[in-house]
Amino acid sequence: MLHLILKRTALAIPSLIGVVIVTFLLTRALPGDPAAYFAGPAASKEAIEQIRVALGLDQPLIVQFGRYVADLARGDLGNSLSTGLPVATEIRTRLPASAELTILGLLVSILIAVPLGIFAATNPGSILDHTCRILTTAGVSLPVFFTGLILVYFFYYQLGVAPAPLGRLDIFFSPPPRVTGFFLIDSLIARDGEVFLASLKQLILPAATLAIFSLAPIARMTRASMLAVLGSEFVRTARASGLSPGTVIVTYAFRNAMLPVVTTLGMVFSFLLGANVLVEKVFAWPGIGSFAVEALIASDFAPVQGFVLTMAVMYVVLNLLIDILYGLIDPRVRIEA
Amino acid sequence: MKRRQFLKSLSAAGAASALPLPAVWSSANAQSRQETLLVVTEYAPNNFDIHGVGTNRPGYEVSWNCYDRLMTHGEKTLPDGTKSYDRDKFVPELAEEWDLKPNSVTFKLRKNAKFHDGTPITAKDVKWSFDRAVTVGGFPTFQMKAGSLEKPEQFVVVDDSTFRVDFIRPDKLTMPDLAVIVPGVYNSELIKKHATEKDPWGLEYTKVNTAGGGAYKVTRWQAGSELVYERFDDWKSGPLPKIKRVIWRTVPSAGNRRALIERGDADISFDMPNKDFAELKAAGKVAVVTNLIGNGIGYIGMNVKKPPFDNVKVRQAVAYAIPYQKIMDAVLFGLAGPMYGAKPGDPLQTAWPQPHAYTTDLAKAKQLLTEAGYPNGFETTLSFDLGFGVVNEPLCILVQESLGQIGIKVSINKIPGANWRGELLKKEMPLISNFFSGWLDYPEYFFFWCYHGQNAVFNTMSYQDKEMDAMIDAARAAAAANDTAAYDKNVQGFVKKAFDEVPRIPLFQPTLSAAMQKNISGYRYWFHRQLDYRTIEKT
Repeated sequence: MLHLILKRTALAIPSLIGVVIVTFLLTRALPGDPAAYFAGPAASKEAIEQIRVALGLDQPLIVQFGRYVADLARGDLGNSLSTGLPVATEIRTRLPASAELTILGLLVSILIAVPLGIFAATNPGSILDHTCRILTTAGVSLPVFFTGLILVYFFYYQLGVAPAPLGRLDIFFSPPPRVTGFFLIDSLIARDGEVFLASLKQLILPAATLAIFSLAPIARMTRASMLAVLGSEFVRTARASGLSPGTVIVTYAFRNAMLPVVTTLGMVFSFLLGANVLVEKVFAWPGIGSFAVEALIASDFAPVQGFVLTMAVMYVVLNLLIDILYGLIDPRVRIEA
Repeated sequence: MKRRQFLKSLSAAGAASALPLPAVWSSANAQSRQETLLVVTEYAPNNFDIHGVGTNRPGYEVSWNCYDRLMTHGEKTLPDGTKSYDRDKFVPELAEEWDLKPNSVTFKLRKNAKFHDGTPITAKDVKWSFDRAVTVGGFPTFQMKAGSLEKPEQFVVVDDSTFRVDFIRPDKLTMPDLAVIVPGVYNSELIKKHATEKDPWGLEYTKVNTAGGGAYKVTRWQAGSELVYERFDDWKSGPLPKIKRVIWRTVPSAGNRRALIERGDADISFDMPNKDFAELKAAGKVAVVTNLIGNGIGYIGMNVKKPPFDNVKVRQAVAYAIPYQKIMDAVLFGLAGPMYGAKPGDPLQTAWPQPHAYTTDLAKAKQLLTEAGYPNGFETTLSFDLGFGVVNEPLCILVQESLGQIGIKVSINKIPGANWRGELLKKEMPLISNFFSGWLDYPEYFFFWCYHGQNAVFNTMSYQDKEMDAMIDAARAAAAANDTAAYDKNVQGFVKKAFDEVPRIPLFQPTLSAAMQKNISGYRYWFHRQLDYRTIEKT
């Protein structure tokens, strides 16, 4: 197992180097001029030049790149001009916000989609199978910001049951003392039930938005994979041996059908991180996606580079985790590795 | 971990996360709500200090509320009953009184005024702050220059509580320029402690800390999402503000900012589209205050350096082909001042902005275009800043449609906000839709930036004319010398020239609106177009 982890990690290094170079060049290739943008509306040509020098943008590209890599080696991702803080600090505070939302969204989605998929597979062609198909297709066809706005409109504006879409906490609560950065976990550690409930309430709508969007791939994959497994010989044998349908489906069939579902989960998680950008905008969520988009609009290079790099590292870690999960679910993978 | 164990733990985790979600209501108490103001806006500050590099508009608001100036503006009630700052009346802030002489002005500081950390405010701090403003470069230095405040030698410490500004030339804008956001008074000793060799003025420190003596100080800040102000209870430069705490949340979606104010959760909602303000006003559930932005004009600019817009007849033809009323109704929802519709032949006013006499007259436009030698029209590109797309996009489409009717084929070029400034500086775009407003509300100030041959970035048309320059310079000189007759003559002169040669077509005077709950009072319009919490009350 350790060998596998080391091998995987080593393989990731070239791709990370590639990411560093490509993001650096891409941000430089953007048409915007950060010096002109940050010089403010009343800037003269000289004022803009002053700022260009202050930002080091007057240097040749190769010098700028050298400086960037040297800073990176020291763990310094540079400063964000649009929020005024070091990028590393920004990512540290914002990543948990995005991750908490994405993970909760994914969990909700799994809890609904997997049983739905299993049920659809065991009763193919039934009304529930069709309902599942319609539901998931509708969910994935609606853009997330639209679903988000609709939810806000009904549950906050019309019915008044959801809290105001004002980010992670109602304004009269203070965030719990930071341990993990996940408000749900930190508030439990601090034994502060009120804050736990308050942050959970804020999470419901955005997490539901993400869940609706991601139902389709998980439910469809569970259904397809279950159908394949249910038609296989060992299930027939199990049935012939007189095992109860519940045991056959949950213990034998589902466990074997999980492998493709886990692969899909990895993919869904990564595209949920992408979809997050829009959900964060709608719910004023102080996450990493909205941060990166704002930086991009302002041609603020450092946060964009930091964001892409963080995402790349996360994908590498995620893939590693999925590989390890494979080993746990399917012993054959371990033997081959 | 064994496979079986793992799978078991997975289902256990699943069960734990399936806890029911109880709907318990927020237990915020009414008392704290009474003294707390919740403001929602689209953008968050990126820097608390207007002297910093690239401080954005929300950052100006922090500077305004957390630092004091020597003097500020008084208040006046406008004809529609709303309150505004009074351009012509200066009232004491940090200075108790001042003595204006032809070549200098001497300020007496309040003896009991303190910074947030308790240090007394002295004339040394004022000098250090002003030296900083004229030295750091970029926007603050530029703004100081607009009032002929250019060199540190102009700022003199007479004694601990007496401070003098020497004038390098007579300029009517010097006193108003001392009451804008830039010349705030900073805690020099505190900032010096945080200054480094690379950063002698401590800009890095003031970027995320408020080192002043203003009525509010920032106590919590989460970049991009939340900022909390607490009142400085020891504030001496004015009546103690009623609001103890201001919570300022960034809500990027305009729809949600509207929902928050309609549901009564937010106290004040700023920068929303005109459509939302117009509808909120009509619905009447919340109070909407709308003020014309002083010295501000939305316009179509034409590059006079290049054909076909180097021909004055072409420019006039375009001015006759603009669908003014449609823009007012369909784009601005009536929340703007018309800059058209003056009766032809009426005498010009000395006020600015003022309407011109062009109307939508396609026949006349077509005729002018033929006279100019373009009977079949031509092709051109109309560019606009996508950052203000809510107004610009429909506006440009209406202009495109209307110009199409006189044979001018217009393609629209949307430029992202980050690139707009750079494109303006190049001065190559033939036709643009843009907006300019000056903090200092005087016609000669507007014309100096927008029409003068010095060709500043705001002279987006690259318009250069000796006669125009002479009149603008003469008006500035007359203002400084208090020569009203010469001043009026020159102002009317340059306005007439600007309308006749029409390098830019004024379309409308934009408005600034704020939606607030009906229990909020004391909102005041300011030239800087940000909120001043000091006058706001909640009942």
